[in-house]
Amino acid sequence: MLVRFFTDLRAGGVPVTLPEFLSLLEGLEARLAALSPEDFYYLARLALVKDERHFDRFDRVFAEHFAGAEKVFERITAELPPEWLQQLAERLFSEEEKRQVASLGGWHQLLETLRQRLREQQGRHEGGNKWIGTAGTSPFGNRGFNPEGVRIGPSAARHGRAVKVWEAREYRNLDATRELGTRNIKMALRRLRRFAREGAPEELDLDGTISSTARNAGILDIRMQAERRNAVKLLLLLDVGGSMDPHVQVCEELFSAARSEFRHLEYFYFHNFPYEKLWKDNRRRFSEITDTTTLLRTFNADYRVVFVGDATMSPYEIEQPGGSVEHWNDEAGSVWMRRIAAHFPRLVWLNPEPEEHWKWTPSIGLTRELIGDRMFPLTLDGLDRAMSELKRRGVSKTQEQK
Amino acid sequence: MTQTRFAGTDRYVATPDLMMAVNAAVTLARPLLIKGEPGTGKTQLAEEIASALQRPLFEWHIKSTSKAQHGLYEYDAVSRLRDSQLGEAKVHDIRNYIVKGRLWEAFESEVQPVLLIDEIDKADIEFPNDLLRELDRMEFYVHETRELIRARHRPIILITSNNEKELPDAFLRRCFFHYIRFPDAETMERIVRVHYPDLKKELLAEALTTFFNVRETPGLKKKPSTSELLDWIKLLLAEDIPPEALRGDDPKKTIPVLHGALLKNEQDVHLFEQLVFLNRRAGR
Repeated sequence: MLVRFFTDLRAGGVPVTLPEFLSLLEGLEARLAALSPEDFYYLARLALVKDERHFDRFDRVFAEHFAGAEKVFERITAELPPEWLQQLAERLFSEEEKRQVASLGGWHQLLETLRQRLREQQGRHEGGNKWIGTAGTSPFGNRGFNPEGVRIGPSAARHGRAVKVWEAREYRNLDATRELGTRNIKMALRRLRRFAREGAPEELDLDGTISSTARNAGILDIRMQAERRNAVKLLLLLDVGGSMDPHVQVCEELFSAARSEFRHLEYFYFHNFPYEKLWKDNRRRFSEITDTTTLLRTFNADYRVVFVGDATMSPYEIEQPGGSVEHWNDEAGSVWMRRIAAHFPRLVWLNPEPEEHWKWTPSIGLTRELIGDRMFPLTLDGLDRAMSELKRRGVSKTQEQK
Repeated sequence: MTQTRFAGTDRYVATPDLMMAVNAAVTLARPLLIKGEPGTGKTQLAEEIASALQRPLFEWHIKSTSKAQHGLYEYDAVSRLRDSQLGEAKVHDIRNYIVKGRLWEAFESEVQPVLLIDEIDKADIEFPNDLLRELDRMEFYVHETRELIRARHRPIILITSNNEKELPDAFLRRCFFHYIRFPDAETMERIVRVHYPDLKKELLAEALTTFFNVRETPGLKKKPSTSELLDWIKLLLAEDIPPEALRGDDPKKTIPVLHGALLKNEQDVHLFEQLVFLNRRAGR
């Protein structure tokens, strides 16, 4: 019965699996959600969605799928009580208007029209517009009927609220395809974390010692192990100033989140595109500079490099010597970029511009070409892809390339 | 079985979606994974379910060093080694050195217990995977004694997570999932009423307004949550602060009294004071 809902969810990007769907059906069979769309919504969300980032997508699919199905619930529960209609009429219509309404086909007809009107209103509301009066187009509107002020009897009022639950889209901020906040970034950067035991065995392995001593019939056998440390080394290169100004906030969040995650984290700034000079302190960018060649010499190839920048500039800034907007550069940006990419095999570029805009900016295309199409959008989803890209390239490949 | 449906308690306000989550988890005997902002009562929920349904509660608090094995049992090899050197008789039975974990204890309970696995995201990334079979079949094998331990009653399992690590898909598929949303003003009022029933109405209204204003301050590192609000109100009551003291001409221009209970972070207090200062200057 709900199979189409299931497939719709999958198509809508909610990763639902068959066992989860079966447990929803099991819950329905156990009468956990009887006769109320609200309960059904809660139960379905509980059983099918396992991550708050997917709540918003789920809500959207749910609203779309069950837009017409509310009627089923209405039929199951109860018809709207006539007293409600009476009350509503008392409140809304004058005596003369009531007579007019009667001429429209009686209360039943009115009820149907009203329902339909409400549904239309919700539809439009969902579309993003304000609730609007329907003056002049309906038997209600021209008499000052305000849909917002109407409370439909008990069962339908609950129904109205239920619709709101999934139409309010309260979980929009948690959706993974949205841009990043600090929390999201932290989550994604954690992917990079890889604990590895490396170095000399210098820590007493208590458990190992005990078990091997016990196995050794009580003769002490001391075991040592290497210290556990985060082996991920990261080099952050951040674009500041100019076209990046709107994105600086996001970059800083990424940066502050990254700082607590890695044992070795170095960061440098550049403007628009990396040339022969980088700097560490943005305020003293003209006095305290680091040569890019020094950078390449100091940091070995097992550093992972993350560029953050919008790569939006004139193509000359990449391709021509002297193309930089700030100073005269003897060698083109593309030359430097190739050097960096050759030295650091594990490299990605995070771009805060939305991915679908990339193809309209030639410089983004150039940059992508230079770094082997390893550009990812600065969303949680993009970060995930970037991190798995960083993980994928093994050290062995480094040596091959050299 | 005294009561089978959970509907909140006199100390805990449950929203309809939370009630549905708990009741579905109880009825279908699935573990319930709870996430949400810190301080929204994730851990407390287990205690309240246990007391509402009158079940024994077993708590297993996870640390970064916890292993799945710790919840099942541990073999105390050190005592056995010592005992063997002292020539104790009990050394011959390995059973004497098997220490039961929380999961084992819960499995042995006479009535259906509530088992809380608190902050599962603190543990190693493989931790949830190691518990898959145990949570699915509610049984595990003790290798040392070659016996199979099976749960007498499937426990009601609650798992909380603070989202510090992603949980594996295979694990998530076996759980029900509920995200405790930050309560809206209305729910918040009910929560405060439940905790401080004879709070003056004006004070509550003022306190809530101030609280939501503080929450809306942009750039706070840690937004104050429900538990901080309750602490703050407790302080306000203890100090006998009149509601007028909370009401400045403009909530943005005055620092709320005893704001230390709401803001737990030095930078946040600074930021807040700065904003208040700026607003005050702009207002002049």
